[in-house]
Amino acid sequence: MFTQLLAQHFVHTALWAGAVVAVVSGVIGVFVVARGMSFAVHAISELGFTGGAGALFLGLDPVLGMFAGSLVVGLALGLLSLRGRERDSAIGAVLAFGLGIGVLFITLYQGYATTATSLLFGSIVSVSGAQLRDLAIVAGIVLAGVAVLYRPLLFSSVDPEIAASRGVPLRALSVGIFLLLALTTAEALQVVGVLLVLTLVITPAAAAQRLTGRPGRAIVLAVAIALVSTEGGILLSLEKSWPTSFFISAISFAAYVAARLVDWRRNRRPSEPLQLEPATADVSR
Amino acid sequence: MSVVTAQGLALRFGARTLFEGLSFELEPGELLAVLGPNGTGKTSLVRILLGLLEPSAGSVAIEGCPPRQRCHRIGYIPQQRIFDRDLTLRGRDLVRLGIDGHRWGFGRLDPAGAARIDAALAEVGATRYSDAPIGVLSGGEQQRLRVAQALVADPVLILADEPLLSLDLAHQRGVVELLDGRRRRAGTPVVFVTHDVNPILHSVDRVLYLAPEHWAIGLPDEVMTSETLSGLYGTDVDVLRVRGRIVVVGTPDDQHVHHVYEEH
Repeated sequence: MFTQLLAQHFVHTALWAGAVVAVVSGVIGVFVVARGMSFAVHAISELGFTGGAGALFLGLDPVLGMFAGSLVVGLALGLLSLRGRERDSAIGAVLAFGLGIGVLFITLYQGYATTATSLLFGSIVSVSGAQLRDLAIVAGIVLAGVAVLYRPLLFSSVDPEIAASRGVPLRALSVGIFLLLALTTAEALQVVGVLLVLTLVITPAAAAQRLTGRPGRAIVLAVAIALVSTEGGILLSLEKSWPTSFFISAISFAAYVAARLVDWRRNRRPSEPLQLEPATADVSR
Repeated sequence: MSVVTAQGLALRFGARTLFEGLSFELEPGELLAVLGPNGTGKTSLVRILLGLLEPSAGSVAIEGCPPRQRCHRIGYIPQQRIFDRDLTLRGRDLVRLGIDGHRWGFGRLDPAGAARIDAALAEVGATRYSDAPIGVLSGGEQQRLRVAQALVADPVLILADEPLLSLDLAHQRGVVELLDGRRRRAGTPVVFVTHDVNPILHSVDRVLYLAPEHWAIGLPDEVMTSETLSGLYGTDVDVLRVRGRIVVVGTPDDQHVHHVYEEH
């Protein structure tokens, strides 16, 4: 049964789509986590859902609606470039209303209920060849964007004041990262659905953060964890007909727990020199 | 030739005037302490020198060039903010941002750049912990890395905004010695914003004292006197010298220092 399914064309397409989405999610996730934007991911994905539901209601392609919804919210959040609690409460307010509109659209929508639920839970196995191509194009845009913005993005995530003093355009970067995040979220929506976007964008990056202190390595690790989660999740859902999203979230969460354990053990180990030396060592020279 | 020339600087927010008519020059190797209570524009002055804030009047030139044009590197050490425990960044990476963090793309670090990073790390005594995630380091160690980041690009001017805040005495002395050593060796002038002059008393060349709406600049012995500060505040202020330390008594914010801090 498993091997028969594995030979199917739609399975190959799903595996490729999962890989594409895993790579972009892992890459962007590292910056999202470093900038404390996790809640924004949630908001963008929920409003991506609103966009998708709106498109369904209007008889359009829901994928287009998802991209539109995500991008509008991403652009707004980026332009506002709010910080801390103000950002959280603003996001919460907008998110709640957007979700309400989404619910209305879904209720008014007269078509198949499965199309609507796939917005919420993802539908990786129904990705078509054309959709895969679109996913790959958008992924290319996101990766190129991250490559161009890499150093200033890192600089402004670490220390915005110093970065600004060196001429890094903070607001433009904020808009840039939010737009890239919106594109990534709209991609992930198609694989894991609204409810589980965080499992691809946040969890792998949060796990990677526990395992390394190097920015480049964190990206590689986050991509690896996201890849194992999506591909593993798709394969497991062929074997046992539980939802793909469940398996993906289970694997990425397992990686997160494992990373925390590794980190905890490492900090406990007495051979760690950093924890042992007094804070005042070697300053009196 | 002066490194910094400030002429007739004024800063107003709405109806409130922080300072006006502020003029000073900074010579190579000079260490200027910027003192005064909170809310008098010490940090704003730093931001003007960085080109991040436009003064309401007057002009600044750094080696003849307006700060906004960023003709010259400025080493900037902002108010201490402890890095997150989770931050995926090593001390070495933080220092590197001081060289090329503002450039687009990934960028490759050439051997010369790597050597400069190593030299800056050695200069501040941070080599030993430069490969550790920065979030696990102590506040003093993090601050040394910030100093290395400010020095690595060979700046023409160093701006340090309360760099000793929340450091213990030994680390305070360490940071002061680093900046003092730098300006003596390389002739880089230092603007050192602090609410307490004592940790840098032995290194200071001149003091700029910003009181509400009034300011004074001069040698420490000229500015840190009861007469000058009483004149600035318009009320009786006593400047005492106790065991080589300067103690200021009677400024309006005297009683409320901690309270004022929390508001910022």
